[in-house]
Amino acid sequence: MAARTDMRRYAGFGLTTALCLTILYVPLAVIAVYSFNDDRSITNWAGFSLRWYADVFTGPEAPIFRAAAWNSLSIAALASTAATVIALAAAVAMIRGGRFHGRQASYALISLPLMVPEIVTAVATLVFFTAIGVRTGYGTILVAHITFCIPFAYLPIAARMQGIEESYELAARDLYASRWQAFRLILLPLMMPGIISGWLLAFIISLDDFIITNFVKGAGMETLPTAIFGSVKQGIKPNIMAISTLMLMVSVVFVTLSYLANRIGQKTR
Amino acid sequence: MAAAPHASGSLATGWRSLAVPLMLPTWLVIGTFLLVPVVLMGVYSVLTKDFRGGVVWEFSLAAYDQFFVTRGLFGDEPPQIEWTYIAIFWRSIWQAALATLLCLLIGFPTAWFIATRSPRHRALWVFLITVPYWVNLLIRTVSLRFLLRDQGPLNEGLLAIGVIDAPLRIINTDVAVQLGLFYSYLPFMVLPIYAAVERYNFALSEAARDLYAGPWTTLREIVLPVVKPGIVAGCILVFVPSLGAFLAPDLLGGAKTYMIGSLIDEQFRGSMGNWPFGGAVAMILMSLVLLVLLWQARAAGRGRR
Repeated sequence: MAARTDMRRYAGFGLTTALCLTILYVPLAVIAVYSFNDDRSITNWAGFSLRWYADVFTGPEAPIFRAAAWNSLSIAALASTAATVIALAAAVAMIRGGRFHGRQASYALISLPLMVPEIVTAVATLVFFTAIGVRTGYGTILVAHITFCIPFAYLPIAARMQGIEESYELAARDLYASRWQAFRLILLPLMMPGIISGWLLAFIISLDDFIITNFVKGAGMETLPTAIFGSVKQGIKPNIMAISTLMLMVSVVFVTLSYLANRIGQKTR
Repeated sequence: MAAAPHASGSLATGWRSLAVPLMLPTWLVIGTFLLVPVVLMGVYSVLTKDFRGGVVWEFSLAAYDQFFVTRGLFGDEPPQIEWTYIAIFWRSIWQAALATLLCLLIGFPTAWFIATRSPRHRALWVFLITVPYWVNLLIRTVSLRFLLRDQGPLNEGLLAIGVIDAPLRIINTDVAVQLGLFYSYLPFMVLPIYAAVERYNFALSEAARDLYAGPWTTLREIVLPVVKPGIVAGCILVFVPSLGAFLAPDLLGGAKTYMIGSLIDEQFRGSMGNWPFGGAVAMILMSLVLLVLLWQARAAGRGRR
């Protein structure tokens, strides 16, 4: 019998995948490699050095970077935590709440931050804060970040909750657990991988944001992306490559944690 | 599959009466800080421009008039269609469309390849595709700019191995912007197509083969119609953010590659800006995005029937 063609295989698809991954990773690898370049001009390779990393922490721009890093990290931590709590409540309502009044509208509202183009959100938020006379600064950035982080926290949480049957909670309720006890002792632990993924995703999304932050940050306030953007406008300097590489590593650590949280989640399902 | 989690036993778990209070924070936050601002921006677009930046509360259609109509340099000629801004929109649509096409050409084979790996390895492949998405978009765009510069590693490398004689001028061109958009949103194309191919029933392909269809005929006639919703979703996820993108055109493009994002951004910078006009451009962009999303929702609805 002649060998039957494997309908899952197409010539060139494996090669395209290799190309795809190359395209995705080469620019990042290049900037990481060049951040260790011991040369002031960014073009020539002059040997391995950590001087630009030292520059980030102790150089003339170090205080700016330190303040920006603090703003970025604290806003990301606060915004993702608030968004996760809000999203968790929303997920319980949407998935365990039955067909309550306004369910469709609620779903539309949760996805609204994903539908409105970022630049429009940025401009609209600036217009809003100006109209109500709020000075832009740390607080306005935080509020804007909580808002656009909600759907990102919601998606993994809702996906996880959909996979948890109600029977666990029902059993707990039959055994005289209060609604709160059933939630805290049964649903919440089962939900944990979803909550962790949601929080991590929201954290990264907040840390990532440039456009909206740039509009609502006010004068003299910088986060890491706005500080980097301001600096890059005058040309890519080696210390920017070092700081970019550091942020890149933070992202990779976070995505790995999220991946592991999901894998553990799949085992406990 | 679990029995429908909605409705059925909701009374017993006791969440039903709490659904509205639990939704309240979401309504308050997204309602106050996104829905109200977007509506307010719509209102601003029909107000009069204040010369110090901001608006005067007086109804005016000047912003939309400026967008669509020209009356010559001194405003005394008969009204004609103003092409400047329509051209910027057209260029943005075109750039976003080319970036989407590029993503599809690379993304579809990749998604297919990943979906046909053994289930154990798939998660790892998907992980590899998602990692770059988690890296800061600004940093990714800066990396690309660094790589593509006239004296950047790409040109130096190609010169060194003798593929080219003079550095390729990529940065500050339309191609750089398309590459930037493609690079920014490539994972968005791969993931929905992957999800669709993963659910695809390969018995269909085998049936086609047994009826003497070649692999490429099968791909075109059988596979593509079945996984089309995934492809459409991927295209939307790339096209929509590309349309209003700011970073890629700003950092990779030159003065000639002006896109909608920069046009809006400019209207809110200092006293030179024009808030009503910026609001109007943002409203027009949003209507365009809504049209695309509605079209997708309709297409998805038809697909289900």
